[in-house]
Amino acid sequence: MSEALSPNASVATPLRLPAFPIGGRAGTSFKHEHLRAILAEGGQRGFFEVHAENYMGAGGPPHRALEAVRRDYPVSLHGVCMSIGGRQPLDQAHLARFRNLVHRYEPALVSEHLAWSTHETTYFNDLLPLPYTEATLGRVCDHIDEVQEAIHCPLLLENPSTYVLFRESTMSETEFIRRVAQRTGCRLLLDINNVFVSATNHGFSALDYLSDFPLSSIGEIHLAGHAEQADDEGDPLLIDSHDCPVADAVWRLFENVIGRAGPIPTLIEWDSKIPEWPILRAEAAAAQEILDRYRTATLPGDCDAAA
Amino acid sequence: MPLLEVASHSYAPAFAAALLRPDREPPSIVMGPRGKAAAKRYNVYRNNVMVSLIDALAAIYPGVQRVTGVDFFRAMARFHIRATPPTSPLLFDYGRDLPAFIERYEYARSMPWLADTARMERAWLDAYHAADAEPLSAASLAAVPSCQLAELVFTAHPATRIVRSRFSALTIFVANRSNDPVGSINAASPEDALITRPDYDVVVRHLPPGGAVFLTHLISGRPLGEAAASTLEISPAFDVAAGIAGLIQAGAFTAVTFGEP
Repeated sequence: MSEALSPNASVATPLRLPAFPIGGRAGTSFKHEHLRAILAEGGQRGFFEVHAENYMGAGGPPHRALEAVRRDYPVSLHGVCMSIGGRQPLDQAHLARFRNLVHRYEPALVSEHLAWSTHETTYFNDLLPLPYTEATLGRVCDHIDEVQEAIHCPLLLENPSTYVLFRESTMSETEFIRRVAQRTGCRLLLDINNVFVSATNHGFSALDYLSDFPLSSIGEIHLAGHAEQADDEGDPLLIDSHDCPVADAVWRLFENVIGRAGPIPTLIEWDSKIPEWPILRAEAAAAQEILDRYRTATLPGDCDAAA
Repeated sequence: MPLLEVASHSYAPAFAAALLRPDREPPSIVMGPRGKAAAKRYNVYRNNVMVSLIDALAAIYPGVQRVTGVDFFRAMARFHIRATPPTSPLLFDYGRDLPAFIERYEYARSMPWLADTARMERAWLDAYHAADAEPLSAASLAAVPSCQLAELVFTAHPATRIVRSRFSALTIFVANRSNDPVGSINAASPEDALITRPDYDVVVRHLPPGGAVFLTHLISGRPLGEAAASTLEISPAFDVAAGIAGLIQAGAFTAVTFGEP
């Protein structure tokens, strides 16, 4: 493919990778079709996030591509199927694969979802919701403890987009997440599009959710596009589709959060109907512009005051 | 145990039960806000699950989808997913049962070569994700004295796969993995394929008659002399020297040793 991808670069020797700072940077999802354009541009400010599961094969082009990107950029490792919110024990083989990737690529950020995707032996390939109760809180905390012990670094837990509520829930999502962070010491990945999607779907205020969210625990922000459908009553039902630009309302919420919390590393997610690299890069540049605007206005330590 | 505790442990089976079953009612444990209904809301999850898994199969079997057309493929994939949902979160490992499913699928009976075409695609993806390894060079064999050649035992490259077909599945596979127009293909000619990945790119080659048997023997650890003799019994015209040279050149092996004493 590209001459920059030297064959077998890392087959035998463990990588010692540069520890690029990720603070205050905007990044994008890494898609293989963009690799040539990214390498041709050379080292820019920014970072790339990958879905961990796509790099759990033994070898081949996926690892070569990620190695090439990792040489020049900080990487965020984003797991999508650990099933942390599941009722059954974590899949030990999967946890070992995840740990091995953290060891191999030394990512600047490591994250997973407040969701589940496996029940008994079936893997559903979606981020499924859970009730927020004392019982599920305990189980989620146990699972996060287990992951953090395996990877030897803090995990960022991402708030979900949801389309249903559980009758049995006894606490709000923000209370649940705050208590998980307090009990496990995990950090949080605030997906602002997810907040907007869930707020619309369940009729609460996204600003209220954000003012209730423990800002001081946020280690990363996600921004993405969504699609609109209708619920049974004909009201808007937003779908977390990751297939279009970030909505204006989500940009406004983002600026609100950055204004209070300071320039937190921010990722543009785009996983379907993937555009040409310049379009994705421009979305990241728009986020970077907002981050830079608040770089001098807020010192990093100030973010505690907003929580 | 308090009732709440029991309920909190049962959300997953209740929620999961109807995800792949459109005939079932949405679970009663979920709702919309302020008592709103949850049918369309639950259907978002059903749709996410089914569409993402169909997309995963389409990504593994793009050639099969091109042959059948998108609508046929997606309908077939839906049946297959309901019968055999994934059991691993690694979706590049999914779909191993699809070729056998295609063989039984009544609407695919007019395409008896389609299952083998799918087997080629599955092998291609396995080669793509296989461990990296330096292929055996032709030079390493040149140094072996000719009297010892028969004792050589080869180690297969981790990416090496053999797919045999009673049909022209390899030609159909190759023709449908690009966007170029596909001309008329005589599907009735048997073809054997070697699929491997000596470096960055997966390579797919026709094996000559006898080649698949020969390579199968070598991969199983039989010495070159034995493998050649067994192959010549069933394919007397097989050219052993050209065969081994072609396999090495294709990157089918990583190492060669002298057989166990």
